[in-house]
Amino acid sequence: MNPALQGLITVFIGVSGCIGYFYFSNQFLDKVLFPAKGVNAGRNIHRANMVRPWLFLLPAMIALGLYLVYPVFATLWFSLTDRNAGNAFVGLDNYRQMLSQPKFWEAMNNNVLWLIIVPAASTAFGLLAAQLTDRIRWGNFAKSLIFMPMAISFVGASVIFKLIYDTRPVDTNQIGVLNAVWLQFDGGMGSFLILRLVPAALVACFVATLAYVGYTTARKRMRPSHHERTLLGGIGAACVVAICVIGAIMGVGAFFGVFTFDYPYGEPQTWLTTPTWNSLLLMVVLIWIQTGFAMVILSAALRGVPEETIEAAIVDGANVFQVFFKIKMPQIAGTIVVVWTTITLTVLKVFDIVFAMSNGQWETQVLANYMFEQLFRANDWGVGSAAAIVIMLMVSPILIWNVWNVRKEMR
Amino acid sequence: MDNLAGKKSGLSWAVNISVAVLVLLWLFPTAGLFVSSFRSADQISTNGWWQSLFNSEQNVTLRTANPDEPGVQVLENGVYVIRGNLYGVAGKAEIGAWGVSSRAIDAYVAGDTADLGDGQTIAVQANGDYVWTSPTEMTGRGQRVFATAQTPPEFTFDNYRSMLFDPSNSEGMAKAFFNTLTVTIPATIIPIVIAAFAAYALAWMDFPGRAILVAVVVGLLVVPLQLALIPLLRFHLNIGIGKGYLGVWLAHTGFGLPLAIYLLRNYMVGLPRDIIENAKVDGATDFQIFTKIILPLSFPALASFAIFQFLWTWNDLLVAKVFLIDSTGQTTVMTNQIVELLGTRGGNWEILATAAFVSIAVPLAVFFAMQKYLVRGLLAGSVK
Repeated sequence: MNPALQGLITVFIGVSGCIGYFYFSNQFLDKVLFPAKGVNAGRNIHRANMVRPWLFLLPAMIALGLYLVYPVFATLWFSLTDRNAGNAFVGLDNYRQMLSQPKFWEAMNNNVLWLIIVPAASTAFGLLAAQLTDRIRWGNFAKSLIFMPMAISFVGASVIFKLIYDTRPVDTNQIGVLNAVWLQFDGGMGSFLILRLVPAALVACFVATLAYVGYTTARKRMRPSHHERTLLGGIGAACVVAICVIGAIMGVGAFFGVFTFDYPYGEPQTWLTTPTWNSLLLMVVLIWIQTGFAMVILSAALRGVPEETIEAAIVDGANVFQVFFKIKMPQIAGTIVVVWTTITLTVLKVFDIVFAMSNGQWETQVLANYMFEQLFRANDWGVGSAAAIVIMLMVSPILIWNVWNVRKEMR
Repeated sequence: MDNLAGKKSGLSWAVNISVAVLVLLWLFPTAGLFVSSFRSADQISTNGWWQSLFNSEQNVTLRTANPDEPGVQVLENGVYVIRGNLYGVAGKAEIGAWGVSSRAIDAYVAGDTADLGDGQTIAVQANGDYVWTSPTEMTGRGQRVFATAQTPPEFTFDNYRSMLFDPSNSEGMAKAFFNTLTVTIPATIIPIVIAAFAAYALAWMDFPGRAILVAVVVGLLVVPLQLALIPLLRFHLNIGIGKGYLGVWLAHTGFGLPLAIYLLRNYMVGLPRDIIENAKVDGATDFQIFTKIILPLSFPALASFAIFQFLWTWNDLLVAKVFLIDSTGQTTVMTNQIVELLGTRGGNWEILATAAFVSIAVPLAVFFAMQKYLVRGLLAGSVK
């Protein structure tokens, strides 16, 4: 049968099946099982109303249970068994094997880099774009253009950026923008300015921001009058401070690295095969996609900041930057956290970009792609499932945090 | 901040310019792919796409007509003459400098006459017209002319023609396009129906365990799909679905449900309580309330989710690879075919750019048409 026809039939069967199920099960409940007439009418209505929610929920619960809850436990089980030995229980052997593979550690290292850089950069660009476009007349048009990459698939984006990173031999016209720009640098004054001074300044700003965030978080915790002394808050603050300290130390290293780095001027670079740079260039693809998302959400949050607080600050003589950092930022901090965690989730699952652009070669491996390789190339379900569990573990703090918040909201 | 007296104009210029830079930076990559998909393989490999938008200066080697072919040379006043155009037709490019030897390719400018020795001369005009004269009958191949020419931008639909409408092209995207469409439509519609009922129950029906179920849905929202691959593939193989459309539809339905339920529930909770209670007082059943009141009112949320799910299933690679594409490759989707092309035709940018743009075009159209709902969905869907 023609798959398109099959698709249409499936839509028809699926939709009418669902609606039919809901309609007839309700009818059955009201007319046959607990009819709202006779001596037990009152009791029957009550009973029918007890059962009805579950009728409405049943298909969704079956689908969720089968397609999301069951696999979590099944994967956990697979990660503890050996498929070649007849699914025998082998304890933590798969994990041990995984931890002994250098490729796994490479993937972990890269994942940590992705987790730091992509959410930070996307949120920062998104915030910048949101703040700037809110102030101008063609802001909505600009927003929709920056937002556009959200509609482009990771695979499509990979092709787009592969063209940008393309390399041709020396002495031929470069058709990749990156190399064309790169060949403009000759090691002179302009190169010094753009390739050393500007990055160094950016890194310095980054370190300063981290230091500031870390310092204020720590000070807020230390203050004796602090009234929200919860354990969870304490752990959160400790995490923030730790991340800031690590980031700042790395930033200082990068600051000196920028001045001493030996740039290979005048030679076209094969960007995707140069370790560390290639990982960063893959991250650019995701940042390009996610910035629009961050911008849309943050822009809505910025609009929700009460006008009076801003006006009061201006009347008190605050300048543009003070208004932004001292009045607006604290009020949208919650939204920034939401954006950050949402992008973190996307980063943890990133597969397509690495798969399409480098397939984990040249030290660009990430966990999701490592897992895919173990499952479908090496055909090792044990190690693959173990890798999936590692991803799950990395997601779970966010999962718990989300559930916690929703529970609080519903109470 | 607009009322900062006196500072406004300078600041607003700076803001306008920075936004323009940001937008150009974000648009530039996609523009590159778009432009490249309208260029021939030769053009793509000669220069960068950003140069193709303007007249480009190229060094080309051209050749006059072959004197041995009958009727090419004519005898005029005792001199053998060949006339013609180096480009075949006039106006394809504008020649600036030219030469007749590869060692001096800019010896003459347009309009000059070059001495070829033995009394032969050749004159080349800017539009490519040439006059080649000789006192004796000319033999051998046509005279080579090295020209430095200004070529106007040139674009072609050939790439799309061969990737979409050429049935003999085994790498064509038409089949994959329809496969993607076949995956997408049921995978978008079915979860909406299932989720709408569940969301109604979670929003407006009172029953023990409701809060826990909402929390579970929020939890499932972030469960990585990677965990589901092996257990579900095994499950599909065991119950006889195997790899195929049914499997991928079911998988997409399952994976899309948490977001669908979450989005729709959040929206439905916000609907006015009065309407629903009035309907209940008037004797409407829950089923009637749902179909007659809630569903029509929830249209914006339904549209938001439909767009999400559409973009997600259309752009998906992983789920299709695991649950759909078997070894015959008959059911390949566009994303998968592009990845394969990246492997086999890594340097053929005219093929890659066209294939990628075919797959990008539909989501982009949906995006620009329904952006309002997408933004609304994003705002409602991020867990607060």
